[in-house]
Parts: sequence; C-alpha cells; structure tokens
Amino acid sequence: MSTYAGGVDRVMRSRLLDPRSLGTLGILLGILAFILAIPPLTQRSVTWSLVCGILAVLFGIVAASRGARRVGGGAIAAAVIGVSLAELATRSSTGNLDQVFTASLIASMLVFATPLTFAALGGIFSERSGVVNIGLEGMMLMGSFWGIWGADKTGSWVWGIFIAMASGGLLALVLAFFAIHLRADQIVVGVAINFLALGITGYGFVQIYHGNNVPTGISQIPNINLAKDSSHSFFAQAFGQLNLLIWVGILFVVLTHIVLFKTPIGLRIRACGEHPRAADTVGINVYLVRYAAVTLSGMLAAMGGAYLTVGYLNTFNENVTAGRGFIALAAVIFGNWRPFGAWGAALLFGFSTALAFRLNVYSDQAATLFQALPYVLTLIAVAGVIGRTIPPAADGRPYKKQ
Amino acid sequence: MSEPLAPSKGPQPPEPEDGEPTTAAGRMAVAQRAGGVIVPVITALVAFLIGGLIVLGTGHDPIQAYWDIIKGAGLNWFAHPTNTDVATTSAYNFSQTLLQTTSLVLVGLAVAFAFRCGLFNIGGNGQYLMGLFVANWIGVSWVHLNRPSHVLVAVAGAAAAGAAWAGIAGFLKAAVGAHEVISTIMLNWIAYWIGSYLFQQGGPLQGPENKPLDVPISGKVVEGARIPVFWGNPELQGLHVGFFVAIGALVVFWLILNRTTLGYEVRAVGYNPDAAAYGGIKVRTNYIRAMAISGAFAGLAGGMDMLGYLYKYGTLDVQASSIGFLGIAVALLGRNTAVGVGLAAFLFGGLVYGTTQGLQSGVINPSLAGHLTELIEGLVVLFVGADLLILAVWNSRRRLKRKRPTPVPEPAEATP
Repeated sequence: MSTYAGGVDRVMRSRLLDPRSLGTLGILLGILAFILAIPPLTQRSVTWSLVCGILAVLFGIVAASRGARRVGGGAIAAAVIGVSLAELATRSSTGNLDQVFTASLIASMLVFATPLTFAALGGIFSERSGVVNIGLEGMMLMGSFWGIWGADKTGSWVWGIFIAMASGGLLALVLAFFAIHLRADQIVVGVAINFLALGITGYGFVQIYHGNNVPTGISQIPNINLAKDSSHSFFAQAFGQLNLLIWVGILFVVLTHIVLFKTPIGLRIRACGEHPRAADTVGINVYLVRYAAVTLSGMLAAMGGAYLTVGYLNTFNENVTAGRGFIALAAVIFGNWRPFGAWGAALLFGFSTALAFRLNVYSDQAATLFQALPYVLTLIAVAGVIGRTIPPAADGRPYKKQ
Repeated sequence: MSEPLAPSKGPQPPEPEDGEPTTAAGRMAVAQRAGGVIVPVITALVAFLIGGLIVLGTGHDPIQAYWDIIKGAGLNWFAHPTNTDVATTSAYNFSQTLLQTTSLVLVGLAVAFAFRCGLFNIGGNGQYLMGLFVANWIGVSWVHLNRPSHVLVAVAGAAAAGAAWAGIAGFLKAAVGAHEVISTIMLNWIAYWIGSYLFQQGGPLQGPENKPLDVPISGKVVEGARIPVFWGNPELQGLHVGFFVAIGALVVFWLILNRTTLGYEVRAVGYNPDAAAYGGIKVRTNYIRAMAISGAFAGLAGGMDMLGYLYKYGTLDVQASSIGFLGIAVALLGRNTAVGVGLAAFLFGGLVYGTTQGLQSGVINPSLAGHLTELIEGLVVLFVGADLLILAVWNSRRRLKRKRPTPVPEPAEATP
C-alpha cells in the first residue's frame, strides 16, 4: 500500500480475489453449467456441468466467507439451479432439446411474461406509493372476466380492455378506500379483495355464461405482423407474430420507469412510499397520490388479466388467473420494486413456465416441479441470498394526516 | 368472547406507549376489547345482507335461497323433522357441516395462533396440503403398522409436516426478517406444485391402481389408518372422531395462549415486539415457535381430512383446495380467540356445505351459491378491516379519557 512499486500488480491481484468478483464469477459459472447442456453445445453428460457447479459453489463459499455474503449465496444458488436444470436437460434426447430451444421459445416466454408484466407494473405503482397490494391476483381476475364479457357484449376488444380496466380499477378503489381512509391492515384487505374477485367473477360467470359456455368467436386482441408467415428466420419466429398487448407491455415498462424515476409525479409517488409525513409537509396530497397509484395498479393488473382472456385464451374459466397475480407480486419483490427489475423477473418466470410447458411433452414429472421455480426463487430472494430486496420504507403503513 | 384477554385472568402483555399498536395482531387485540362480540356479529350480518342483495339483484329470491342454504347445512335437523326422509337428509347434511367445521376449526386456529404473535400466516393452505400429502403417504404405504399406531403416526406426521412448512417462514422471518406474508404465499404455491407433482401420472404418490388408467389420483388410505367414524356411514363420509380432536385443539389453543409462559411470550411479541424484547423475551425464537405451532394446526387439519374422510387425493383436488384461505376468514371473524374460532368455523362450515353439495334448491343452484360463499367470505374479511375504524375511534376516545386528569396543573400557583 505504501510503495507505488508493485502497486499495479497488487491491485490486479486484489481485484481478482475480491470476494464480490469471485461471487459474480461463481454466478456466471452456475449459469454456464446450464448452458453447457442445452443447444448448441448440448453436452450429453452432466459431468462438465457438475464441475462448473462445484467450482461455482466453491467460489460462492469463498466469497461468502470473505464478506460478500449475498453474492456468494447467489453463486451457490445459481450453481444448484444450473446443475439441476442441466441434469434435466441431459435426460431428454438431443432432438427434443433442439425442438425445445428454438426461437419460438422466446415468443412463448413473452406470452407467459406479459400478464405478469402488467400486474407487476401495477404492483410497483401501488407499493411505491406505500400501499401493499396483495390483491393483484383478484384485480387480474376481474380484468380477465369483465374483459371478455365486454368484448363479447360490445363486439370489440378495445371496449373489452376498457371495461376490464374499469373493473380492476373499481376493485382497487375498494382496497384504496379501506387501506387509505379507514387505515385498515392492507394485507387483510388485499386478502379480502382476492376472495371478492373470486366470488364476483365466479358468480358472474355462472349467472351470465352458466359456468361454461362463453361464446366462441369473441373479438380478440390482434397480433402484430412484423414478418411474413413463411419466414423461418430467428427474428420472425421470435418476434414476428406477437400480440399487440405484448408490445404495449414492453412499452409500459419503459413508461413506468420514466414516470417513476424521471418525472415530478414519480418523485411524489415515491415520496409517499418512503416518507409520507415528509411528503405531506412539502404539500403533496398523500391520500390523493395513494388513491391514484392504487387505482392505476388495479387497472394495470386488470389489463394483464384481459390479455390472458381476450388476447390469448379467448375464453374464460373460473379462477383463470390461477396464481399469476401472486407470481406478479413475486416479480415485484424479485425485481426490487423497479420496473425493469420486475420485467426481468417476469421474463425469467415466463421463461420457466414456457420451458415447463415444452418439457412437458418429454418429461412430464420434472416439468410439474419446474413450475414451482418462480416461487422458490422468490423465497430465496426474500431470504436475502441473491441480492437484497428493499421495499419502500413506508410500504404497508397506513398514513394518518395530522 | 373476550375471555382470553379479560384483564383479571393471567398475565397481560404490556400496553404500547402510543395508542396505536405497531402490529396487525396488536391492533386486533385492541379491536377485540373495543368491539367485543357485537362487532363480529354485525360484520357477519352485513356480509350476509350484501350477499342477499346480490342474490336479489341477479333475479333470485334471497330469503328462499338462504333458507335452502340453511337446510343444505342440515340445521333443520335441530327442529326434529317428523318426516323420516327429511330427518335422514338433515342428519346427514348436519354431519357433513360438522365435518367441514372440523377442518375449519383447525385451519382457523392456525391463522389465529400466528396472528396472536403478530404474524399473518396466509400459508394455511400450503401447510394443510403438506399435512395431507404426508398423511396420504403414511396412510397408504406404512401398512405394517397396526391400527391405533398407524393412525397416530400418520396424524403426527401430518402435523409435523405442517409445522415444518410453516417453520420455514418463521425461520426466514427470524433469521433475515423476510416478511412472513410473502414467504407463506410462496410456500403455498410451492406446496401446490409439489402436490401436482406427487399425484400426477407417474408421480411418486399416484396410486398403483390408477397408473394404467392414467388417472392422477393418489392411492387409497388403508383401513387400518383411517380415523374411526362415529356418526353416519363410513362409506358415505361419516363424521369421524377427529371432530373431538378439533374441539380439543380449541382448548389446547386457549391453554397455550393463556396459561403457559410460551403463550404469554407469544402474545407479548404479537402485541409489541419491541416492548417484548425489552422485557427479555426472545422475539425471534417466538416467531419460529409460533409459526411452527400454527403450521402444526393446519397440518393436523390436512392429516385428519385425509385419514377421516378423503382417503385419496388427486391433482385436481390440490388445485381446487382453498380451505386454508377460509381459515383466514374464520380466524378474523372469530377474533383469534378459541371460542370465536369455534363459532366462526361452524358458521363457515355450514355455509360451505350448505351452498355446495348439501344444497337442493329451486331458487339458486349450487354452482352459483358456492360463489356466494366466496363473496360472503370476502366481505367478512373486508369488514374486519372496517372494524379497525371502530378501533381507531375507540383508541382516540380512550386516549382522551386517560389524558383528561393530567393536563390541569395547579393553576393558582402558576400566576404570581
């Protein structure tokens, strides 16, 4: 340290042995363990993946023992997940893998990620303003039922989406009223919202459609044709025939980021979530901001639900969202309450679902367990192993005006 | 229903300095004293009223619908019907209501116990499922055990599985401060997929007889592992003696909370963790213990359902199961007290059975009425939030009362 001579060498060495970079290296090795087993490399034995995994665990342990506990833990987690995925991949034949890992996997990843993206963006608005939104699932469900109902009755998917957003927004207003004005426990109210949505949509479904016969041929959200149908290029297969709302979802991620972090409105929302009293002192109407954020959250979640029925399935079943709202909640946490983070998480979860659906054809049993991956990853994330998740400081705390 | 927190009995957790307790459980505790038994009753009545309005608004007769639901729950059995057919049906329906009540008492206690420690256990369903899986595994495969021990081992295994599953959330809360709501939600879904994995075609717990048929249903619990039925025909889902276990669990719940050091610590942590820590109580240990006990109740529910009347389970059952979520409504309506949970469980047990299998109505069909249950459930939980408004009013009134004597400092001496 004291002499300049040999300093460069020492810096080089210390940077290489810096626990954080060791941990990062471990994470990369863990991912490599998985990549080795899938096309185009397609290792047929799990040996090399295992070697990578063991190295990653070692790096992780060293990193963790030298102070970089989170990165180190991340390396260990990446190694375990990477090796188990690789093991899965080596079990199915090369031909199958070639069929699974094609460009259209990206398309189906986006299909599965889109409802999550919308709902997660909604969750971010709500939680950034200081209201925990456990009711995302319910709001999504409202959107999926009333969306298809609207598209059916008006004959236009545009109205379907608007009606979906109105229904989700209304349910969100209930949450907002109880959470903000009555200062009720936000989690309790969120649970109630989910029950209510299940009841309302189920009741409506039986009352209106007698529990099964949603008419076919309801106006559907169109796909955007960016490539000729006959084209077999990577781009055409991955992005050529995506639904309009998929692109809207990506646009909304960017918009949400800009609104939250680059505009005065976003600053106000975040101020209400971090320190409502301070926000109140500088003249921000905390109640108004929270009402707006929660309502917007319901509308966005409902849009995700509408995509599911009006855009993708083109029908409705009882409890059609099947926990996607909770995966969205997981994405919010996993993405550290940031739009791009949540989108990344939604893509990861969408990827795991898409992969599970495709692996399904070849190895049924493993595919089922695979569906639990988003939840396991989130559990690991809240445990603080991979990075640290920091919720807004006043998230979940009712605010009382003085 | 204010018995467990009546001031004269047992040690009391410390009161917080500020009128507003920090945890949900703390708020609930005050709400309990504020509203007593009246508020839950009003809550339920309002929920049923709104449910009735929805039924009316959709073109059905609400009074007839509710009357049919009451008959569906078998409550007309108490009226000693003279018609033997009616008597038989109502007796059967009533036994089914009690069967539902049995599980609801236990899942309700699971949520309530965690609540008393300031933890919101949304994971009752996951813990229930884990208990159910273990009970099925032991009940189907450990055939070398003789009758009483087989039942006991399976039930104990179920409770342990539930405790372990909830214990994960408790441990994460204690070790790294992970919010138990998030972790229990995640654990619910992990249990859901584990169940789908276990019972699916080729899954480890799929019944060997179902494999060639490609039916994703578990094997059937052997005779020796079944809980004896004391009312009704075992072939037709009679009421099993687990009902008395549930009643016993209510007593155990009350005893643990109000007559043991453990219960005192749990309540103290639930009321105000900082004050409890200051008083020398290990808050983290209590989080883990409370969650484990809570999960044991839910696991017990799953185990007894499996060994008492279900005997087998399929992936579709896993995906449709929601009884653990009903436990939240039961606990909240029952104010997290033993008696309250018992009564609320009976109410919801009747509602669940009376609106589904038991319902024979020309006015409202079971698939519609089943969703009415969900609506009422949602409204009940929602209005528990509104209870807290009453609590806020109560709180400010109490604070005023307390302050009034003090702010009158000798006025004569202040002026020269």
